Amino acid sequence: MKFLTTLSLISILLITGCGSPENDKSSAADKTPGSEFTAFELEHGIGPITEDITISTSDLEKIEKGRQIFDSKCAACHLMTERFVGPALGDVTERRSDAFIMNMILNPSDMARKHPEGLKMLAEYMTPMPFQNVTEEDARAITAYLKHLAEQP
Amino acid sequence: MNLSIFTTKKALLGGLLVVAAGLMIAGCPSQQAMIGSADAAQKTYVAPGDYDEFYTFMSGGYSGQVSVFGLPSGRLFKVIPVFSQDPESGYGYYEESKALLHTTYGFQPWDDSHHPHLSQTNGVADGRWLFINANNTPRIARIDLTTFETKEIIEIPNTGGNHGSSFVTENTEYVVGATRFSIPFEPDMDVPIDSYKENFDGALTFLKVDQETGKMNIDFQMIVPPYNYDLARAGKGKSADWYFFTTYNTEQAHTLLEINASRNDKDFVAAVNWKKAAEYVREGRAKKMSTEYYHNTYDAATSMVVSTKKNEVLVLRPEDAPGIMYFLPTPKSPHGVDVDPTGEYLVAGGKLATVIPVHSFSKMLEAIENEDFEETINGIPVLRYEATIAGEVENPGLGPLHTEFDGKGYAYTSVYISSEIVKWSLETFEVVDRIDAYYSIGHLMIPGGDTKKPYGKYMVGLTKTAKDRYLPVGPKQNHPAQLYDISGDRMQLLLDFPTIGEPHYAQAISAAKLRPNIKQIYELEDNHHPHATKSVNNARVERDGDVVRVYMATIRSNFRPDNIEGIRLGDTVYFHITNLEQEWDVVHGFAIKGGQMGEVLLAPGQTKTLKWTPTRTGIYPFYCTAFCSALHQEMQGYVRVSPRGSDVPLTFRTGNL
Ligand code: HEC
Ligand SMILES: [Cu+2]
Repeated sequence: MKFLTTLSLISILLITGCGSPENDKSSAADKTPGSEFTAFELEHGIGPITEDITISTSDLEKIEKGRQIFDSKCAACHLMTERFVGPALGDVTERRSDAFIMNMILNPSDMARKHPEGLKMLAEYMTPMPFQNVTEEDARAITAYLKHLAEQP
Repeated sequence: MNLSIFTTKKALLGGLLVVAAGLMIAGCPSQQAMIGSADAAQKTYVAPGDYDEFYTFMSGGYSGQVSVFGLPSGRLFKVIPVFSQDPESGYGYYEESKALLHTTYGFQPWDDSHHPHLSQTNGVADGRWLFINANNTPRIARIDLTTFETKEIIEIPNTGGNHGSSFVTENTEYVVGATRFSIPFEPDMDVPIDSYKENFDGALTFLKVDQETGKMNIDFQMIVPPYNYDLARAGKGKSADWYFFTTYNTEQAHTLLEINASRNDKDFVAAVNWKKAAEYVREGRAKKMSTEYYHNTYDAATSMVVSTKKNEVLVLRPEDAPGIMYFLPTPKSPHGVDVDPTGEYLVAGGKLATVIPVHSFSKMLEAIENEDFEETINGIPVLRYEATIAGEVENPGLGPLHTEFDGKGYAYTSVYISSEIVKWSLETFEVVDRIDAYYSIGHLMIPGGDTKKPYGKYMVGLTKTAKDRYLPVGPKQNHPAQLYDISGDRMQLLLDFPTIGEPHYAQAISAAKLRPNIKQIYELEDNHHPHATKSVNNARVERDGDVVRVYMATIRSNFRPDNIEGIRLGDTVYFHITNLEQEWDVVHGFAIKGGQMGEVLLAPGQTKTLKWTPTRTGIYPFYCTAFCSALHQEMQGYVRVSPRGSDVPLTFRTGNL
């Protein structure tokens, strides 16, 4: 038994190496069985957004700002209706929660390296989604813009 | 017969003697104050992923650039292109950077960079900017230390060989230029060479530095006797208002200087009170002189380089401004003049002298007060040697050149001919230690060793020949740098590593001080380049007569647009390329077949312009030259070039967009 524990400790060390201790923040009790992530993280992604949020689409000014940032920093890789460098984003707000989208925008490298959904997408698209130097405020505006688009008939 | 045997024996004996002497002089490298290899390795080992303690910036000498190394590891981080074209990055090939290299003599593809100097606050390096001189076509450049890019180059008029440059004052109020080769001034420059004494003048140039932007402006020049002005240093503390310059060729020779400029037993250290000189200039004692020089500055707002031609300079003659300049006689063809951390001692390296003369600043002030003058040259009083000298360091070796300080009471002088470094006490002026340099050392550098607060832990020797130090790479070897531990009583050699070009002089700054300021990207929000493509929706191609502008964007892993048709022979094509990435170190490049203008590399958020005049019709592939992603190999496109007058319409696209 002791031998086994030592072995598994070694293998954990081997797997994790020295990298990314930040994953171990949440306590084991929160974790979904078979995963190093909590149920919240599995659904909403990992990153600065740690609560389920709902972004409103009533602020037209914010939506316009979101459109401008998207044009400059995202449109090179994302189209609305078809796959390009990254997935089509026309329906992303139906597929993903607001928190997930924000975490993807704000923390893409951890999402692509660690999160099961991110890993899946990376395997499919082969290009890691980059952090485009946007603030949380910017990410909120972009998400509002994406939701607003999806609401259009 | 007998005779021949005798001769052979004698020759043999002589040969043995020579070998023995050789061994005595050179020693066995492994026995020279070399500490155990394991010990040295430990002191220089920086584990993978760990960081060095210091950044050091070495000039490239005849490479014209600046290279950035880590200390104590000796690892090369980067070569910053400054005065020479750099095909690797496209510097000097893409349009924005070409303007930086513009001079009154036209575009200069190359220069010789010698003395990097970090900006200072209160007499210590502050990590804002790095200045460096160009020797050949006299200029000073400013490198921004948040991006490690050259942001400004200013030409120095009335100057030949800007060698005694680019040293700053204690609070970077000024950066200085000094003529190594005196020349006739504009506009009457077409004179016989042997009218040297009548028509040639020397110039010392004082450039004021804007504290916000770092931008340089020539405040005034001093017209001085036609000697060779070799090196400079600003004073510090009590001597902070003064600049000191070495002179040689006070003989005023203009041919075979090797002999003709080595006749006088003493030349001078010139002391200039820059603060008083600047006041005189404000009072109107300087005269306007017409001249020509270019000032090229990077405009942060537009990411463009603005080249401005200036047509006059303010000149001040010592005759018209008494009390600002003095000569201190100094043996013999002095090279460096270095000021100790307290500002009291001026150490001159008399290339051809047998001692290191050390002047005292306070004795100099006293001698000025007492008018203890030997003579006056062009209104410049020559102080009596005995009146200013604080001491002479004896037995310094052959050819002392430059001195830096450890802040613990010791000075370290590089000695060229005997190829060594001597450590001596600032109290007793006695040599206390010496160590070999491999080989023929020029400058040496102690991190902070030219400032008020030396770190006093490491020292770097910058040498001129490598010979047998590394695996040979042909008849010409790269210049070495050697790292010494100076924390103990005796200097110890730790490391020996090859460098880029000629590492003429260097500066170092603690990594903890510099690292937090360094930028990771150029923010797209701040990119106001007039030809930037800040959204792929604006990617386009426009024709105006024979000029075609391609507004192109890059992102992993495509160009927008990537298919362009309708270019015709005779067109001038500008590729204005914007890298839309906003992630640190994700770089794209651009090159086109047969382009004749090299490639260009784009840091995240940057816009740069390549100019192309196609010479043959056909299909031209272009591609990304920087390995940017897994699909980098897919990052490519085509341009179609048709004959003159062709009616192929101008079109562009990426996929079906
Ligand atoms: C260099 C191309 C690139 C850029 C620029 C880019 N993305 Fe992505 N994006 C991707 C790729 C590729 C993926 C798929 C995940 C992966 O491979 O890492 C992705 C995934 C996403 C997802 C998740 C989609 C899903 O179905 O879950 C969202 C949301 C997203 N990106 C939004 C943005 C926004 C907003 C921006 C601008 C701030 C942006 N992206 C900029 C390439 C890019
Ligand atoms: Cu690329």
